[in-house]
Amino acid sequence: MRIAVASGKGGTGKTTVAANLAYVASREGHTVAYLDCDVEEPNGALFLRPAISEREPVHVSIPAVEETKCTNCGLCGVICQYSAIVPIKGKVLLFPELCHGCGGCWLVCGSGALSESRRSTGRLETGNANGIRFLQGILDIGQAMSPPVIRAVKAAAPDADFVVIDAPPGTSCPVIESVRDSDYVLLVTEPTPFGLNDLKLAVEMVRVLGLPFGVVINRAEPSASDTHAWCEYEQIPILAEIPDDRHVAEAYSRGEMVCETLPGYVPLFSELLRRIAASLNATTTTAGRRCAP
Amino acid sequence: MKELVVISGKGGTGKTSIVASFAALAGNAVLADCDVDAADLHLVLEPEIRRREPFSGGKRARIEPGRCNACGKCRELCRFGAVLPDRPRDPSGGRVYRIDPIACEGCGVCAWFCPEQAIVLKEAINGEWFVSDTRHGPMVHAKLGIAEENSGKLVSTVRQEARRIAQTLKRDLILIDGSPGIGCPVIASITGTSLILVVTEPTVSGLHDLDRVTALAKHFAVPAMVCVNKWDLNPELALMTETHALRRGLRVAGRIRYDRGVTQAQVARKSVVEYQRNGCSEDIRSAWEAVRRELDRTPDVSGEGRRAS
Repeated sequence: MRIAVASGKGGTGKTTVAANLAYVASREGHTVAYLDCDVEEPNGALFLRPAISEREPVHVSIPAVEETKCTNCGLCGVICQYSAIVPIKGKVLLFPELCHGCGGCWLVCGSGALSESRRSTGRLETGNANGIRFLQGILDIGQAMSPPVIRAVKAAAPDADFVVIDAPPGTSCPVIESVRDSDYVLLVTEPTPFGLNDLKLAVEMVRVLGLPFGVVINRAEPSASDTHAWCEYEQIPILAEIPDDRHVAEAYSRGEMVCETLPGYVPLFSELLRRIAASLNATTTTAGRRCAP
Repeated sequence: MKELVVISGKGGTGKTSIVASFAALAGNAVLADCDVDAADLHLVLEPEIRRREPFSGGKRARIEPGRCNACGKCRELCRFGAVLPDRPRDPSGGRVYRIDPIACEGCGVCAWFCPEQAIVLKEAINGEWFVSDTRHGPMVHAKLGIAEENSGKLVSTVRQEARRIAQTLKRDLILIDGSPGIGCPVIASITGTSLILVVTEPTVSGLHDLDRVTALAKHFAVPAMVCVNKWDLNPELALMTETHALRRGLRVAGRIRYDRGVTQAQVARKSVVEYQRNGCSEDIRSAWEAVRRELDRTPDVSGEGRRAS
């Protein structure tokens, strides 16, 4: 079962929820894999403290140019939608950071001047954190496109009872890439106006993707908030509420697992896991599920 | 003209609350919300929209079902897994294909090589941008469509418009609210600005992310300052963060204490400095003074917006 933990707003507690979910699932005897897909700022390792056993570069395709073969036909510049290749009088200018690796230029090149090559934009690290299979992607500084690194993390995911995906914040392409073939999406929010605004955007996103989802409210106050009212109105299940507890914030600040430092929180996360599994059994996983081929 | 961009690496450290306060303190800045996929600044500044424009950041392919003979060439060539088998339209016909608009990156390879010319590549509308009036000055903001890409281009559009307005109205400061991370929208937000303010928090995640965002600032040669928000949640780590930042060549703009007034201000749709005079408002004011002094030392930015991916 693939559970993606996402949020519109940053800093609502995605990593806390994802890491502690993985922790309780593993403690209960399930096989668990943790995928840190927040490749721009991966933080799961700070909490799970895995022993990394493998590091490999993530490559994306780019064209390689042999200028002596170029016949100045100019087709590469015509097909490229990203202005990543600009032919001018026997010279071919490449802008690798704009290239999406679609292959158009070397497919249209009739003279053999262009061929497929690759460059590295990040790395994939795999390891083990007390029995949890751990994978993280790390985007190189200065690289703009994180989806290829996210794809690499997901492609390397091992089989496990629970695959927990820590997604980046937002609602655009890196988030879509992270959550798209999940069985369930957990949206973590906080009961503030910013939190609610961004939760609405995140809900719109998972609805577009047609994935089953539920909400976790972090830093919850004892009294009901606008977030509660909105979720009730929209008939969105609130699967867990993590109280606004200074001890949790302090444990987090030091990079500690909430369930380890404050074992009183174990039942909360185990109940969350149970509720996700239960709602998945209720709504058959085929509904609206979308898989990248 | 100067451009100040507030970013954080890690999300949720208080960027938007600080930008809203800076807007109130600056008084005559042009505001640009460049967190285009989860914009929040409008919740505080309550913009009155004067102009709205559609945003097209790229193209998208579509298969005309009647012309597709299901040869499968597009599926074979697509690098993004965007060509999916579709149900046959009529019982006699074979399987045809359709394009998943979410996966399609608009490269046009399928359209170019389709032997039946059954695929059209069209401009896609990926979002919308707005020019508005707020009580603290003009604001340019945007909304990226749900599940859309090209946020970097939309950020560049917002910045260009903000520069145009600043030139027209002869305003000398543009205040930019950035997005979390280090990827395409962040790169588009920071390139060519006068100064970056990194808002961080005293947590191991905050420290880790500060490191990456500092490297990014260095990579694009933009000077940066740091400010530790909610510093009293972990004073030891706050100090460590500042020491770390200084060692990396960042100046410290100040520390901001943890204050529940920040959330209350959000609920009241006010910036923190408008909502209360004491508490963290004092800290935000002194951070603003430090940023202001640093801005005076930076050279003016040119009028033309730079293009990012």
